Amino acid sequence: MKKIIKYVLLDLLRNRIIIAYTIFLAVISLSVFNLEDNPSKGILSLLNLVLIIVPLVSVVFSTIYVYNAAEFIELLVSQPLRRVNIWLSIFTGLASSVCMAFLVGCGIPVLIYAPGDTGLMMTAMGLLLTIVFVAIALLASVLTRDKAKGIGVAILLWFYFTLIFDGIVLFLLFQFMDYPMEKPMIVFSCLNPVDLARILILLKMDISALMGATSAIFRDFFGNQWGIAATISIMLAWAIMPLWWSVRKFNRKDL
Amino acid sequence: MIIATNVTKKFSKLTALDNVSVSCNKGQAISLIGPNGSGKTTLIKCLLGMVVPDSGFITFNKKNIAHNWQYRSAIGYMPQIGRYPENMTIAQVLDMMKDIRKQKAVQLDEELIYLFKLDGMMNKRMGTLSGGTRQKVSASLAFLFDPEVLILDEPTAGLDPLSTEILKEKIRKEKQQGKLIMITSHILSDLDDIITEVIYMEEGRLKFHKSLSQLQLDTGEKTLSRAIAHVMQAGL
Repeated sequence: MKKIIKYVLLDLLRNRIIIAYTIFLAVISLSVFNLEDNPSKGILSLLNLVLIIVPLVSVVFSTIYVYNAAEFIELLVSQPLRRVNIWLSIFTGLASSVCMAFLVGCGIPVLIYAPGDTGLMMTAMGLLLTIVFVAIALLASVLTRDKAKGIGVAILLWFYFTLIFDGIVLFLLFQFMDYPMEKPMIVFSCLNPVDLARILILLKMDISALMGATSAIFRDFFGNQWGIAATISIMLAWAIMPLWWSVRKFNRKDL
Repeated sequence: MIIATNVTKKFSKLTALDNVSVSCNKGQAISLIGPNGSGKTTLIKCLLGMVVPDSGFITFNKKNIAHNWQYRSAIGYMPQIGRYPENMTIAQVLDMMKDIRKQKAVQLDEELIYLFKLDGMMNKRMGTLSGGTRQKVSASLAFLFDPEVLILDEPTAGLDPLSTEILKEKIRKEKQQGKLIMITSHILSDLDDIITEVIYMEEGRLKFHKSLSQLQLDTGEKTLSRAIAHVMQAGL
């Protein structure tokens, strides 16, 4: 398995898109911190980058990579290798290189300019979101044979998690305005890794008071050590479940 | 050595393999023959575990190949269309395969690399290679690990006459060492002097599995291509 990871990583390190992504993140985060004199304002500006751009790039890049590696996968499958190992190696290689790009491009500037709880939480959430969306991309690419369709599914999933899901939640909130919705809100937010990341980062900032009564409940639930541990395990479940499903699919896939 | 029992595979509505049973033994050189789309490649891919059959099972040395992967270390496979990572060089592909399939006590068989003169263009990227050169890389890889079983899917397609002769000579040599060799080819004259058995498939069904001498006797034809033409016409 180590050997396959090695070859996937070697291939990815030569990939221009990963390098471009790193530079893009670095330019944005450095300029944000240099334009604002208040680092927590900078963190807030970077929040949307982490919550929207990072999942988008992770999901689209990984899907395209897996489709482009079809030949490589075909070559490996005819060799004495376990299919699970091939697939997990591709996942590990992809996730670690995209994570590395995020860490270098965004994590390090954040930790330099805004060290502390919030910066640390944002870096951790960015990394977790990257892993989650790489896993989702692998699932999308194993489910569809057609490249265009697969990329479409991946983008649609990203769209769902970043926009449509919030729309549905807002709609439900308005429909059930007369009822106490704070507790169900916690459940809803667990259904979306992007929301979970957003809540955890916002709670670390002082502006969480802006969220009103829900925020108090959130603070109660997510604010303590147990809450954070629970959320991180839910995030990990969001990575493991699609990955496990894609392994099952890949095991029976015809190449 | 390889026994397939009632293997059926459907691709949505198309039945690629319909209840196919074959058994192949050491020392045989088997030719898989059939019209386009008769399921030859699908059968080969089933043997390699690249395609999972819907029903039926395949055993390799009496072990079921489902959920098994070690058996593939005894197989050298040359695909019909060799597809390799575009931005790797020939040398990198060869090194990677050696690295992945590292087996102790196995002498690497690099003869074909030199016969095909691939050693002179080791630094060319796979994406820039012509179809024929890619075929040569596939062939070299299939023979590299000195496997017990060689599965060659259209080995001579795209090769120039000289390279075809080199490859045939190599196949002949391996056959004399008592290896199991499976070949599919449309250019039947290539096969005449190599093979001992013929498997004929049509529309996913196995029509017959005979030794070459038996086939010659049944059809009254000397050469393989005429014998097969006879079979196709008579609709055996």
